[in-house]
Amino acid sequence: MATKTYAGETVNVNEEGYFTEPSQWNKEIAKEIAKEEGIDLNDQHFQVLEMLREKNEAGENLSIRGINKSGVVDVKTFYQLFPGAPLKKATKIAGIPKPASCV
Amino acid sequence: MKRLLILGAGTGGTIMANKMRKELSREEWKITLVDKEKTHYYQPGFLFIPFGYYKKEDVIKPKQNFMPAGVEIIYHNIEKIEAGENKILLENGEVITYDILIIATGTRINPEETPGLQGELWHKKIFDFYTVEGALALSNFFKSWEGGELVINVADNPIKCPVAPLEFAFFADAFFTERGMRDKVSITFVTPLSGAFTKPRASKLLGGLLEEKNINLVTDYFLGEVDNDKQVITDFGGREIKFDCLVSIPLHSGAEVIEKSGLGDDFGFVPADKHTLQSKAHENIFVIGDAGNFPTSKAGSVVHFMADILHENLMCYIEGRQFTGKYDGHSNCFIETGHGKGALIDFNYDTEPLPGFYPLPGIGPLGLLKQSRLNHYGKLFFRWIYWHILLRGKEMPIDTEMTMAGKKLD
Ligand SMILES: Cc1cc2nc3c(=O)[nH]c(=O)nc-3n(C[C@H](O)[C@H](O)[C@H](O)COP(=O)(O)OP(=O)(O)OC[C@H]3O[C@@H](n4cnc5c(N)ncnc54)[C@H](O)[C@@H]3O)c2cc1C
Repeated sequence: MATKTYAGETVNVNEEGYFTEPSQWNKEIAKEIAKEEGIDLNDQHFQVLEMLREKNEAGENLSIRGINKSGVVDVKTFYQLFPGAPLKKATKIAGIPKPASCV
Repeated sequence: MKRLLILGAGTGGTIMANKMRKELSREEWKITLVDKEKTHYYQPGFLFIPFGYYKKEDVIKPKQNFMPAGVEIIYHNIEKIEAGENKILLENGEVITYDILIIATGTRINPEETPGLQGELWHKKIFDFYTVEGALALSNFFKSWEGGELVINVADNPIKCPVAPLEFAFFADAFFTERGMRDKVSITFVTPLSGAFTKPRASKLLGGLLEEKNINLVTDYFLGEVDNDKQVITDFGGREIKFDCLVSIPLHSGAEVIEKSGLGDDFGFVPADKHTLQSKAHENIFVIGDAGNFPTSKAGSVVHFMADILHENLMCYIEGRQFTGKYDGHSNCFIETGHGKGALIDFNYDTEPLPGFYPLPGIGPLGLLKQSRLNHYGKLFFRWIYWHILLRGKEMPIDTEMTMAGKKLD
């Protein structure tokens, strides 16, 4: 198992850099991962990150479609907040596993 | 008299009615099935229709043909499930009560959820092949099409039978090659996944095949809208792709009645235990197949493997024992790769598709994760198995649990 150090804390990650233990996450860590992705986190980012963490905790499958239903942001805004591949980036920054899109 | 009520007489509902009628005493248990349609569709056959390989008659039969004696079937739309009161309401106002409920209402496509998808070009230049109407309209279109940009797009997951869109691409390549017009048709496969398929080894095989067949691959694409005038699709990030013919696999969700009854997740799939198949909210409700939120493929093979487990667990429930049936996510499917060849994959919740032989280690006769003629005939033969063995709940000569025997790790 690989580890990485963010904001002075050592966290467990998989080979793609996704957290294997979401409990090791905090906001300072999130800011540093976001920087690696070229994103400066603001309050709206954090709202989305918290929502993703809650859904992950509840065992829900994360998907782009689900973002719309969450009521936090719409998909267009989600793309603006995390440009490119938003779900992959946002889950990495939120310290949760990469969404296993269904087989 | 107690009642086992089954909602949906598709693949799962029909198999369960057959299995449970053999098991439960007729003096004690009444079995009732409800479905809004009298026709059973062999859905895997929809893939063959656009290319003229199958006609409509090849994929439909009356549901009645598959009902064993002693099972009551009612053809009506189910309006509402009132789980708290152990009853359902039909569109004609009739109320049916139950002791045990099996939800097998499947999944449906929602083209109306994507702006423009069901616009003026719907079934003229924009098609689905997940309904018999869509597949037939596309078959007509292909008959006189002179070529152009053929775009195959999966809007977002989950979808039924996740390999079907790829098979469609392989078939399209073969079809237009055989017609001597492959040079006039550019084929682009547009997917929300980061590769041709989810699982690494299968993705490599299938991605390689796309390249070999000169099919373009666009990944990480989540469909935002469709512009009918300009004939372009746009993803949420603004990426545009032009089409002359769009073959769309629209968003999927559970049956409307699930949502209306407050039994579904965000997309109307019923939350259920992925091993026991029992509903998470009500202990006398069980779920089989596409209707559930199970983290495995929405596929007929899954329904078939689940049916054995559900049969076992229903008996545990009725007899007041602990559940002994544990579904492992086992799924397998034949993948048509065109020109009379096919591949086969076999996997479960924990193990990705691996190369090897199936069902007998070292012998096969079916090769896993590689193309062969035999795998293609396996798929064609499957239609016969489906009508004659599977729906009737008879035993198949393959294991319910996935086995590592015959698989190679590297
Ligand atoms: C193009 C295509 C290709 C496929 N290829 C393959 C393949 O190669 N291999 C494979 O294993 N699987 C394949 N599948 C998937 C397979 O067909 C399905 O996964 C399987 O049929 C699901 O069974 P089910 O019982 O869950 O649902 P279904 O068989 O879809 O049955 C659901 C039933 O519920 C009824 N219903 C829904 N709502 C209501 C209501 N409110 N009132 C009354 N009745 C209602 C419907 O009428 C329907 O009869 C394919 C599917 C498609 C579309």
